[in-house]
Amino acid sequence: MSDPTSTWLPRPSLRFVAVWRRNLLVWRKLLVPSMLGNFGEPILYLLAFGYGFGRLVGDLDGMSYMVFIASGIICSSAMFTASFEGMYSAYTRMAEQNTWLGMLATPLTLDDIVFAEAIWAASKGLISAITILVVASVLGLVSDARALLALPVIFLAAFTFGALALVITALARSYDFFLYYFTLAVTPMLLLSGVFFPLQELPDWVQTLALALPLAHVVEIVRPLMTGSWPTSIWPHLVVIVGYGAAAIILATALIRRRLLR
Amino acid sequence: MGKARGKGMVGISQTPGPPLSAIRIQQLCKTYDGVAVVDGVDLEIASGEFFGLLGPNGAGKTTTLRMLLGMTPIDGGHVEVLGLPMPEGEREVRKRLGIVPQFDTLDPDFTVIENMRTYAAYFGLAGATVQARIDHLLGQVNLNDKRGARINALSGGMKRRLTLARALINEPEVVVLDEPTTGLDPQARHHLWRQLRQLRASGVTLVLTTHYMEEAQELCDRIAIIDHGRIIACDRPGRLIAEHIEPWVLTVGGPEAGTAIEQEIGHRDRAHQVADTWLVYTAEPDRLRERLRARGLEPTLREADLEDVFLKLTGHELRD
Ligand SMILES: Nc1ncnc2c1ncn2[C@@H]1O[C@H](COP(=O)(O)OP(=O)(O)O)[C@@H](O)[C@H]1O
Ligand SMILES: [Mg+2]
Repeated sequence: MSDPTSTWLPRPSLRFVAVWRRNLLVWRKLLVPSMLGNFGEPILYLLAFGYGFGRLVGDLDGMSYMVFIASGIICSSAMFTASFEGMYSAYTRMAEQNTWLGMLATPLTLDDIVFAEAIWAASKGLISAITILVVASVLGLVSDARALLALPVIFLAAFTFGALALVITALARSYDFFLYYFTLAVTPMLLLSGVFFPLQELPDWVQTLALALPLAHVVEIVRPLMTGSWPTSIWPHLVVIVGYGAAAIILATALIRRRLLR
Repeated sequence: MGKARGKGMVGISQTPGPPLSAIRIQQLCKTYDGVAVVDGVDLEIASGEFFGLLGPNGAGKTTTLRMLLGMTPIDGGHVEVLGLPMPEGEREVRKRLGIVPQFDTLDPDFTVIENMRTYAAYFGLAGATVQARIDHLLGQVNLNDKRGARINALSGGMKRRLTLARALINEPEVVVLDEPTTGLDPQARHHLWRQLRQLRASGVTLVLTTHYMEEAQELCDRIAIIDHGRIIACDRPGRLIAEHIEPWVLTVGGPEAGTAIEQEIGHRDRAHQVADTWLVYTAEPDRLRERLRARGLEPTLREADLEDVFLKLTGHELRD
């Protein structure tokens, strides 16, 4: 109690793994519908936009449109999956099922639980990215082993998006609340971060806005790796992603503590 | 774990060896929206004791327990569980505690057996020993043939039993039960009582809240009555009755009861009206009973019990 930082900084322990495994076990039971829901949609986007648009667009930044969009969708899909998990699913466990309250009767603390939920959201984002990577490889859109290096970056990014979603969950009074976040943050990021077309096509101020948010930075690192080259810079982008992630997990933990430990 | 403890704590000695008190609470306070919901509670619960916390709805029982368990920040006072200060010692304490919360927190995404295994994993317990323990516990609470059932398919009584079995997974030294029998039918309640007595016999410390007086009288070594966040009495059940209330209760009904009692009651007796029935608390019931009978009334006589003490101390008016 004497050290002021110790009271608000999250201090998760390794026990968080038990919470992560709990979510994994539930997910495994619902593997088929969950796979269809989470991964079917990005693949449909990939095929529809890639084949449909690809013909009209031709090459972009020296690559076929299909390759271009595959490397973008792998990022946006991780964002969507992690956000969804950090909001709807985490909210259900927090507010509807009292799963977290049950955990608090054990040696687990809320810090463990919130951290585990963010790592779990990151894991689901990673799973969706791997699925898309496999499909893209089968379609011949990925040929360079560097694509595998994109996966740790995507895991990190998905952690950030999961933690941001948990901040929203901490404030939510019902599921409807999440629509605000999707409309005001997730969808703009999806459309303005270089997923479907190069960021450079947009007016300067929109670019500035896009670069103030994390997804554009994820795309900047992941696209070169997916398409067989090295990113021109890594650290500035990583700093933004990690910065958002760290701020979000600290804030989410503090808000959820305030909400549940009254 | 536990590394963060030991910093900036004051006034609480940490002598080694088993503590004589399982739980020690001093001047505990909690305020919600300017209302002191727990207001200077002092309690000491001995190791191996079966302790009951009685109080009307909203008295502050759950809030007191939640502070004890590190689930609610403490606004004032000191709490020590198993010799460890709270909330600093929460992980260590909860490792050695079993908790049956007032409202179910079973995991609806899992079956009965999966609930047990997952809960064990939260304690870091896994493997063959735990599996054997789960089998044993499910047998004890009669849920062996429900292992594969989903939680939503269980009755209220089954859920409570599973919650108890789950709370015992870590072989706790202290078990805390918040209204474990509310909403149970008599069979289920007696089944639970049997289990709690067994735990008591095996040396486990038990803390129970309830508003069933006969339950507290039946089970508890000692009882605290709490109202408006304060302990208003704390003793053995028999002593509470002996100390706080006349030994006999005459119950009389009917429209003439009121005037008859007014005229016949002895000056040391107390009369109380609940709906259209009168209760007379007295040390000498025979004389009054004869007089009421002579006026054509039919009084019934019983010994005073804990419920009478409770109503005397907390008042007869309705609570939410
Ligand atoms: N989280 C909370 N926020 C505001 N008031 C609360 C909260 N929890 C409990 N209270 C209030 O504190 C009082 C005591 O509640 P509680 O400890 O649950 O009583 P009991 O368990 O004895 O029925 C009640 O008036 C209740 O409304
Ligand atoms: Mg209560």
